[in-house]
Amino acid sequence: MAAVERERLGRLERPAIAGVLVREVINFSSYWRSATFSSTVEPTIYLLAFGLGFGSLVSKVSGYDYVLFIGTGTVATAVLFSSAFPAMFGTFVKYKFQRTYDAILAAPVDTEELVTAEALWIAVRAGVYGCVPLIVSLFFGLDPEPTMLLVPFIGFLCGYGWACFGIAIAGFANSIENFSYIISAVLTPLFLVAGTFFPITGLPDWLQWIAAINPLHQCVVLVRSAAFNSYGWHDLLRVLYLIGFGLLMWRIAIKAMTRKLID
Amino acid sequence: MDEGLAIRLRGVVKRYGPITAVDGLDLDVPAGTCVGLLGPNGAGKSTTMRLLTAQSIPDEGELEVLGFRLPDESKQARARLGVTPQLDNLDVTLTVEQNLLVFSHLYRIPRNERHDAIERALRIANLSERRDTRVDKLSGGMRRRLLIARALVHRPQLVLLDEPTVGLDPQVRQELWALVDALRAEGTTLLMSTHYIEEAQRLADTVLIMSHGKAVAAGAPADLVAEHAGREAVEVYGPPARLAEVEAEAAAAGLRTRRTGTSVAVLGVDGTAPRGERRPANLEDVFVLLTGEQID
Repeated sequence: MAAVERERLGRLERPAIAGVLVREVINFSSYWRSATFSSTVEPTIYLLAFGLGFGSLVSKVSGYDYVLFIGTGTVATAVLFSSAFPAMFGTFVKYKFQRTYDAILAAPVDTEELVTAEALWIAVRAGVYGCVPLIVSLFFGLDPEPTMLLVPFIGFLCGYGWACFGIAIAGFANSIENFSYIISAVLTPLFLVAGTFFPITGLPDWLQWIAAINPLHQCVVLVRSAAFNSYGWHDLLRVLYLIGFGLLMWRIAIKAMTRKLID
Repeated sequence: MDEGLAIRLRGVVKRYGPITAVDGLDLDVPAGTCVGLLGPNGAGKSTTMRLLTAQSIPDEGELEVLGFRLPDESKQARARLGVTPQLDNLDVTLTVEQNLLVFSHLYRIPRNERHDAIERALRIANLSERRDTRVDKLSGGMRRRLLIARALVHRPQLVLLDEPTVGLDPQVRQELWALVDALRAEGTTLLMSTHYIEEAQRLADTVLIMSHGKAVAAGAPADLVAEHAGREAVEVYGPPARLAEVEAEAAAAGLRTRRTGTSVAVLGVDGTAPRGERRPANLEDVFVLLTGEQID
């Protein structure tokens, strides 16, 4: 082995991330129907059930038609359902049952690149699927606004953080049953105190505090600002907050998966 | 760095809690040869394989793969390395060709060479006709061939085969041996772990016998047999009492024996041998003598 090129391979290389993304995209061609179905139908059912059900009791909330309040709010639901859940289950299955990550890490891909690519892919999907409730809302009388074009980006940003959250949970979990604790104790409460179905201003103070630090709530508010074209300076803080959430979860996910994959 | 060594391990130790999986292992794989890592289950073969891709980080010792020091430069090494894992981890809902396409990206094959690389891998594994078949519709042998083809798509300088034929029918195993033999003939450096004696004897230029994380012997199969088990062995069959008698007689005559399920093999015999079936000594005799363990 006389002539060995000593090129430095850096961290987070584009070809490594692209390789993992290509794998996901090609695999998506075999399961896109079921993924699209669950990621779009569920939030649409919430939209219809609450929007039409409660909508007959409450006509306006925070100055909006209730069905539109719900329709814009369930964008965050769609983002959560298509990021945290597939990240948790998908990562665990690929790690434990399919052993996909063993094959990828034997190639010139490091855990950091693997986690980053997986989260990016899920975030892109979350950004796209997040638009579904908004599109449905257009049929319920939501007026199109140019700022609505920001919604997929908000969904991507929020979805990235939740994808990393899900990957981290999969990294810490010893069995797939452990996910029940996270779903019941973390995701369901955060999903309910996000301002999706009712404004958080009516909640007791301590719940308002939880809502205020809930990334999903930031997503709900940002989407409503985009949908109703009512941006304010505080929205910039929310974006920064989501970036911070994404970066923190990203590092935690890498740490958790490195512990799991490299011994 | 030693010239001409594809793999060089010195004093490598890997512990998992109280268990020492690899215990001061030295291993040399000269470029262009096929080295067999032979040992019973739990001898540390799979851990050694994981160390070579930096999926395990050693507690002590030095590892070099293709001249790169592990774990710091493992990514460069992995780019030039093909790995066939023991457990099938193909994407089962994808076709044969899609599986190879994914790995042509993971191994960074330039766009204009991708097509040829995939065709070549399909040809080597004799799967060209099956390119559009979904993996979950393939037979066990075809899946294993695809697993090997996937490791070859980027023309690696070194291929790691972890138990390439475990759990396969004898016919399929022979089919895979032909495939590995063809790689060897092409000059690809191979490190193959196995617990099948015959596999090591047929395919490996040199064999390293592992037991409890250590190398207990290394050399060409024929040399190992000559050195440790002599030229011929006599296999004596009989009831347990008779076998015990044969063992005692052999021990008195200074001969070594090993018990199989139904017989005693007396090793290193010349003129004065007990009556029984005479046969050439083999690698299995060496293996059992050195590791004290039975294998299939």
